[in-house]
Amino acid sequence: MFRLKIIKRQEPLGWRSCLVVFGAVFLSLTFSALLLALRGTPPLQGISVLIEGAFGSRWALEDCLLKAIPIFLCSLGVAIAFRLQIWNIGAEGQFCLGAVGATWIALSFPGQPAWFLLPAMIFMAVVAGGIWGLIPAVLRQKMQTNEIIVSLMMNYIAILILDYLVYGIWKDPTSFGFPMTPEFSEGAIVGKIGSTSINWGLLHCIILAAAVWVFFRYTKLGFELKASGDSVKAARYAGLPYDKLVFLVMILSGALAGWAGFIEASATINRLQPSIMVGYGYTAIVVAWLASLNPLYIGIASFLLAGLRVGVENLQLDLQVPAAFGGIMEGLILLTVLAGGFFIHYRLSLVRKK
Amino acid sequence: MMMDLVIPLLAATVQSGTPILYATLGEIITEKSGVLNLGVEGIMIVGALTGFVVAKLTGNPALAFLAAGLAGTATASIHGLVCLVFQGNQVVSGLALTILGVGFANYLGSPFVGQSAPGFSPWAIPYLSEIPAIGPIFFNHDPLVYITYCIPPLLWFFFYFSRYGLGLRAVGENPGAAKAAGLNVILYRWAGILGGGFFMGLGGAYLSLAYTHLWTNNMTAGRGWIAVALVIFAFWRPGRAVFGAYLFGGIMSLQLRLQATGTQVPSSLLLMLPYILTIVVLVLSSWKKGKSEAPAALGVNAKPAD
Repeated sequence: MFRLKIIKRQEPLGWRSCLVVFGAVFLSLTFSALLLALRGTPPLQGISVLIEGAFGSRWALEDCLLKAIPIFLCSLGVAIAFRLQIWNIGAEGQFCLGAVGATWIALSFPGQPAWFLLPAMIFMAVVAGGIWGLIPAVLRQKMQTNEIIVSLMMNYIAILILDYLVYGIWKDPTSFGFPMTPEFSEGAIVGKIGSTSINWGLLHCIILAAAVWVFFRYTKLGFELKASGDSVKAARYAGLPYDKLVFLVMILSGALAGWAGFIEASATINRLQPSIMVGYGYTAIVVAWLASLNPLYIGIASFLLAGLRVGVENLQLDLQVPAAFGGIMEGLILLTVLAGGFFIHYRLSLVRKK
Repeated sequence: MMMDLVIPLLAATVQSGTPILYATLGEIITEKSGVLNLGVEGIMIVGALTGFVVAKLTGNPALAFLAAGLAGTATASIHGLVCLVFQGNQVVSGLALTILGVGFANYLGSPFVGQSAPGFSPWAIPYLSEIPAIGPIFFNHDPLVYITYCIPPLLWFFFYFSRYGLGLRAVGENPGAAKAAGLNVILYRWAGILGGGFFMGLGGAYLSLAYTHLWTNNMTAGRGWIAVALVIFAFWRPGRAVFGAYLFGGIMSLQLRLQATGTQVPSSLLLMLPYILTIVVLVLSSWKKGKSEAPAALGVNAKPAD
């Protein structure tokens, strides 16, 4: 008789770990196709509409890049926190507060020039997002409170703050009762690149990613952060100010998500309204984990998962598949990649039973 | 006059606390075995949908309730597969399960939005329900509420006085020692995950079969996460979980009452109350006490035997 035995790999899997990801994505697509069939959508047609809708035209690719911008920034922030083993689930709320902060400036100084408005909006978005990120960090370090639950609860609270503002004091009197602020003045809007539909937020992403990379690679603080992430105990033993590092990381994490909120409000919808919250903060967690927290891979994964969103929108239009289908696919991909990680560290072999 | 307001409010408290109580007890079972399952929200909503659909198709709420529990077990088994078999990170797996579960329920539930299905209705317990104050608050509910009165003492007995309960706790505290003592760590953890998932599914079904008889998108609205927080608040003890769940039931029904009376406070601020309370409760219960009450091996995978 034979039996399966689990053996730890002596050498890392190297480039073949790509195969694991491909296998995982293939498996997720198969399950998703089955779910399409379950609801009466022809599965193969569904998957092809999904892929073609996401990557099949210039317009679609531009839409992918557009959606990848906020996902990328949120995910970059999430990855910084995850690297220190701080489970920041609050990118959604930090993004929301960033959008609220930026909107506050835009509505307070209408008609001001862009050189004043845009930096001020970024500043306010970053501060608001950073504070929203700092709160769970302080509670974690000073009160031993679980940061997962606190940061998640703060997502719900942030969205309700947004609702409160756009249904109440910020509501546009000319919006026929729709919950939305007035449109931003011209100086408060991040423009588009040339004749494309992509905004200059893309450039913000590149600059911020480079800054994060330099920070971790070349500064003492960045090195300390990396060291603490590898081993909290060793960092404490070496006398690193662990509490302060946690605060810093969560401020950075929240600030990046807040910046994403600014771009979304300013460049994409030009105002604040509840529909700005579409779950980019949660997708960012999926992205960060798929990319093993590496900034370059985060870029690629953000683009692909943005593509998934665009593809699902297409599915919704063409085949009336509910939008929730995107959540199913995100969850499936994350779960299968997570399970697939096993094969990077272990291998199975058949051994003869004695 | 005062009593006329307070008693219905407290009765509503018990009712809105019940789904959270089911889920919290489920998470306690899972965490006692050393597995952190953050997928409660996703498991609950799958339970809610299953309960609703089965009730609609068969017209039998009791069968629907049971089916919802089994659906919870089935959903939780994904977490077992990823964490116990494939050694995946428990935090990430739980999050992914929530994303998957919520997506799954909203996807398959979309044709049913706004529809109603047969469910449970209140059934006053003879004699007990006639006791002043206590009767209307505790003994004039649907049968699913009465079930929750029995579970905490049974669980308490199971954890502290039965062989299998002791084994479950041992596996959560020190899997190495438990293994040395001849316990099958992985088997116990599977039991913790599947058993816990059953109760989470029941909690979800309470929402669609008793609390309302409707299906709406995002029906659980964060209750699964509140349950995760309540486990910490309850120090992993079933008795304290009851107290915590009713605290949240209280704030939820109070908020509904205030909205209904047409107060000047905007509804978005009232809706924040349960979430703010969750943070407050967590801070109060974690402060000083720290993590000392948690199962020592919580969230740590047992390495595969080579």
